Amino acid sequence: MIENIILSMRGIWSHKLRSILTMLGVIIGIASIIAIVSIVQGTNRKLEKSLIGSGNNVVSVSVLQENWEYDFSGGIPSGIPVVNDASIENIKNIEGVVDACKYHTRQGWNQVFYKDVGLSYGKVVGINPGYLNLVEYQINSGRDFAEEEYTNGKKVAIVDESAKDMLFNGENPVGEALEINGEPFIVVGVAKNLNKQQEEYESINDYYMNSYSSGQGQIFIPDGTWPIVYQYDEPEAVAIKVENVKQMQSVAASASDELNIYITNMDGYKYGANSGDDTESLKTLTNAIQLMLVGIASLSLLVGGIGVMNIMLVSVTERTSEIGLKKALGAKRRVIMAQFLTESAVLTSVGGILGIIVGIGLAKLISTLTGLEFAVSIPWIFISVAFSMGIGILFGAMPASKASKLNPIEALRRD
Amino acid sequence: MILELSNIYKTYQQDALEVPVLKDVSLSVDKGDYLAIQGPSGSGKSTLMNIIGCLDLPTSGNYMLNGTNVLTQSDNALSEIRCREIGFVFQSYQLLPGETALHNVMLPLSFAGVPRHKRRAIAEEALKRVGLGERMHFMPNQLSGGQKQRVAIARALVNDPNIILADEPTGALDQKSGAQVMELFKKLNEEGVTIVMITHDSGIAAHAKTIKYIVDGRIYDREEDARHAIVEEEQSAEATEAEEA
Ligand SMILES: Nc1ncnc2c1ncn2[C@@H]1O[C@H](COP(=O)(O)OP(=O)(O)OP(=O)(O)O)[C@@H](O)[C@H]1O
Ligand SMILES: [Mg+2]
Repeated sequence: MIENIILSMRGIWSHKLRSILTMLGVIIGIASIIAIVSIVQGTNRKLEKSLIGSGNNVVSVSVLQENWEYDFSGGIPSGIPVVNDASIENIKNIEGVVDACKYHTRQGWNQVFYKDVGLSYGKVVGINPGYLNLVEYQINSGRDFAEEEYTNGKKVAIVDESAKDMLFNGENPVGEALEINGEPFIVVGVAKNLNKQQEEYESINDYYMNSYSSGQGQIFIPDGTWPIVYQYDEPEAVAIKVENVKQMQSVAASASDELNIYITNMDGYKYGANSGDDTESLKTLTNAIQLMLVGIASLSLLVGGIGVMNIMLVSVTERTSEIGLKKALGAKRRVIMAQFLTESAVLTSVGGILGIIVGIGLAKLISTLTGLEFAVSIPWIFISVAFSMGIGILFGAMPASKASKLNPIEALRRD
Repeated sequence: MILELSNIYKTYQQDALEVPVLKDVSLSVDKGDYLAIQGPSGSGKSTLMNIIGCLDLPTSGNYMLNGTNVLTQSDNALSEIRCREIGFVFQSYQLLPGETALHNVMLPLSFAGVPRHKRRAIAEEALKRVGLGERMHFMPNQLSGGQKQRVAIARALVNDPNIILADEPTGALDQKSGAQVMELFKKLNEEGVTIVMITHDSGIAAHAKTIKYIVDGRIYDREEDARHAIVEEEQSAEATEAEEA
């Protein structure tokens, strides 16, 4: 066996150009698979990271219509009661939940103004005591809401860092007056997300995830003041902190079930987790793209395999007298079979290894050109080597079998 | 009796035409024999050699080789028989051009399943036996015709076969190297190796202990009978020519 491998290597080396041309199909096929998988895996890893980074173990359950967060632009749907305290208690008792807190939220164009500057796509959040702590925001200038401000309808607001940048150009906003949905509010403090580093948009994905999760600025107001700006009995959302990011999906599902009990509306409104689901569906999408592209690349492998079969048939013809001599000297069929199968398997394996190197290089190149992340997948490298070896064996089988059945006299008579 | 052919016929099918090449050939060889089969070109010598060497099967007849009925064997079993029982020496040497003399000689050992670490020593021994101990690492194209044929003889010897089967072993050699090969065969035969040699050359055939003659696919023990057959054949050929004219 080792002898055969060394012999095959020697054969490949002595026909360098021919071997490279033969391996080209396999090299291209494996290289594209490795490049695709590296980019897709990198993107998925990035998606996971951004979910963890921006959500800090917090998942929000809100009213969805057809899986999209309902934006209240079409009015208040009927039959969706406010979240009752018993539900919050039940959610807190779900396995893996650290804390839960209900809130109101609206995201939309120009609902917040400072002088004539509008917050183009900001989020207004009506919060209850403990909310900021739960979502891991900290007051870093000004003050938090006082206990009584949560209930006495005072028009005070806390802005986050992005809103501060957008509306006040980074200047200290404490004491300034804002206009939310036409009502004047006094800014009392600025809150900062403890988990979020300085925004760095390494890729388009990053940007998307960030804009999606926090909008371009958040304005917090006491939940008790919410009806003054918006309406009474508006459906609420629940922010839930979990012990572990991996539990987000299941916790969100259980919490949604709890809240959905009370929905009597028939128009397809349901509670659900939006951003978490969305990352999953993005991952499903990128995985589907990966599957499709790998499928296409496999076609190149098929073509490569046919090329290998062709060159092996040529090789068998070229070496008819060698094969005939070996058979005459007592080589059994399997000896000849093994020799040619090893040769084609070594040929495609070398092609596969070259393909992996080219593929990683390609992924790196794509990554620098587009800013997409890439991750080299060790299992896929092994799969690729095994797969290309398999191609060699599969497509080498016919020529090898043909060689092993050669009639020694016919073969010896050639010269 | 090592080898016994009885009533062997070999007929080639060429399109619609049946070409009988061997006709009722019976032949037996004892252990330690040195047999030459002499005949003119086209008489069926190589065909007979292929059958004796288990490279081809006869159309009919019987062939026992060292107690085995060759005619009932599978392709793989025939490989096995060739490997253990027969050492081939071909007119055109048939060495692998990309391998050294030593590796060429080691080749049949791997087919016989001899462990790798033992192969080299056995092959070196065989090369010394044919007087090529100094040239083991030469490539075939660095050897003379006579030396190449001696490498081939060493290769034929490594698996300790019962018979050495040689088809025109001196056919491609000059007088001197031909004589060397004959010398070697004689020595090997004296050491107990059975040899069956095929040639068209009466001078070469004379080196053997026994000579048999083949003319037009038939075997003759005595030279006069063979001569007679040749004359008859020529006469019949002249007759057909005359008829045509
Ligand atoms: N495969 C084949 N198909 C048809 N006819 C064949 C085949 N092989 C050999 N023959 C015929 O059989 C006859 C004997 O051939 P063979 O090769 O045995 O002769 P030979 O005695 O070895 O001759 P030479 O001394 O020239 O080598 C020839 O007439 C040849 O044409
Ligand atoms: Mg011949």
